[in-house]
Amino acid sequence: MTLPTSITAAAPAPDTASAAVNYARIVRRRWMLVALLAAIIVGCMLLDFTMGASGLPLAELIQTLISPGSADPTTRVIVWDIRLPYTLMAMAVGIALGLAGAEMQTILNNPLASPFTLGLSSAAAFGASLVIVLDLAIPGVPVGWTIAGNAFLFAMLSAMMLHGVAKWGGMNASGVVLFGIALVFSFNALVSLIQFVASADALQGLVFWTLGSLGRADWTTLGVLLAAFALILPLSMRDAWRLTAMRLGEERASSFGIDVRRLRLRALIRIAILSSLAVAFVGTIGFIGLVAPHIARRLFGEDHRFYLPGSALVGGVILSAASIASKNIVPGIIIPVGIVTSLVGIPFFMAVVFRRQLQ
Amino acid sequence: MLQLNSLQVAYGTRQIIADLSVAGLRPGTVTALLGPNGSGKSTLLKAIAGLNRLSGGQVLMNGDDLTHASFERRARQVVYLPQALPAAVHLQVFESVLVAANASAFGGPTGGKSVDGVARVDVTAVQSLLDRLGIGHLSMRYLDQLSGGQKQLVGLAQAMIRRPRLLLLDEPLSALDLNYQFHVMDLLRQETRENGLITLIVLHDLNIALRHADHCLMIRSGDLVAEGAPSQVITPATLATVYGVAARVEPCSQGVPQVMIDGLHADVHA
Repeated sequence: MTLPTSITAAAPAPDTASAAVNYARIVRRRWMLVALLAAIIVGCMLLDFTMGASGLPLAELIQTLISPGSADPTTRVIVWDIRLPYTLMAMAVGIALGLAGAEMQTILNNPLASPFTLGLSSAAAFGASLVIVLDLAIPGVPVGWTIAGNAFLFAMLSAMMLHGVAKWGGMNASGVVLFGIALVFSFNALVSLIQFVASADALQGLVFWTLGSLGRADWTTLGVLLAAFALILPLSMRDAWRLTAMRLGEERASSFGIDVRRLRLRALIRIAILSSLAVAFVGTIGFIGLVAPHIARRLFGEDHRFYLPGSALVGGVILSAASIASKNIVPGIIIPVGIVTSLVGIPFFMAVVFRRQLQ
Repeated sequence: MLQLNSLQVAYGTRQIIADLSVAGLRPGTVTALLGPNGSGKSTLLKAIAGLNRLSGGQVLMNGDDLTHASFERRARQVVYLPQALPAAVHLQVFESVLVAANASAFGGPTGGKSVDGVARVDVTAVQSLLDRLGIGHLSMRYLDQLSGGQKQLVGLAQAMIRRPRLLLLDEPLSALDLNYQFHVMDLLRQETRENGLITLIVLHDLNIALRHADHCLMIRSGDLVAEGAPSQVITPATLATVYGVAARVEPCSQGVPQVMIDGLHADVHA
């Protein structure tokens, strides 16, 4: 390290301007990376869209997409009611979980935090199991929505419990994480209990639900999830500077005028909505909320103006790619995507982690 | 002018500061806050910064009561630098300081000509502050690659970029080598004078306090024991009663008073 020879001379150093240029270049590079990830998602979605059990040729798919009226009814149903919602849902769930996980790891200052390691998916599975096995649904929910409705309700409930201990328990971040882990074990035990008393048929239905499948996607659920994401992303971005400051330490952030508790509560509500909807619509697809933020952090650094959208995009890429893989691992069979995300994602994740360790 | 009126702070039922008053710290002065471990120095700074809830008393800044001010309003005037070094996160030095400038609710990406969402004036202000702290060459390095002392300097930059009226620094020199300790103290004194800041620094090195501070507060168990010019506060008598050491304060060959410790004071725990 070299010291300025004269301390009192506060003359701007010659490289002041070049630092601004350097920084502008870094910012530009990050925007390009965002665009690249978006392009990869579109590519994955196109590929995903062309694949499926029906074996329709590419030309016919595109033709049906452009002018649905001219295609025959079967093809139209396959393209518009199965393929397209499926493909879009993969992307939508991916970006929702990517964003939720990124915010969660920041506000709880814990690299293991994610909607799935802190009980939201276990709670959702419990809610679903109440309907599937015991037929206990919330009154007033239309038939066909009872499983998703119950799953959403319980995921929200567990998120609100996390919120509650943070708000009224006065717990710090690590306390909230420990409470979340306690929730995972409690709800898992409750699900096991219900499985224990379930009939064989109900058990099969429940197991299939918990595997996580995009096959349940339809235009309504897709619309709800995308609308929620579109509403929540701008709110997250409004807190981007504050969330980045949280990474410097809680005391520091509050000394910069940030109400850390309020920030944490706002973020928890956003996380709760996104991840509860995702898990309610497609079942427990773990891993993305945990891994996407780590990959985004490596790619973008921790400036949340890039890290938050970056993590959402990485989540979208992972789930779109997993969706392609789920159609190809066993020919003719679509493996539930929840299984594939972990199997395909883990080698990728380990590569990121090991590369970091080696640096 | 910063004024503390019978400040009281408690953690649960444990009273840390019972009744502490300081008549007035003037703008343009560097005040050293001295005291042994556990005497309540950090607690006092956090209380002034509004990070600890007061159980009584007032913090007056130019007659304006900060005690009940909102987070944002207080953060515009006061910045507190915690004792802990900034976390080793994957942020570049430069952007971590930029974040500090933009972090608070009132800040946001500031006005002026924008370079990719960041005001140009901020970008140059950040770099020139880093240069003045002697870490301009580190600006594109990541925090998780820096040494402890370098991180401490970055933390200081994060506090200073906010241009507070009241700068509260909790042991800002603890990880710095001798050269940087002097450099930082000189810089703080210069900034304090030029901008009319009120700077309050927790220091452990009494010789640094003697040489660089304009004013001293010495506390023990949350009570103000002595206040005044450094050479009036740092005396064999206060060192014996507050720190429990037998010490001399004598001018060195250049006439600057120096503390020399001869041993533990005989009746420390009596």
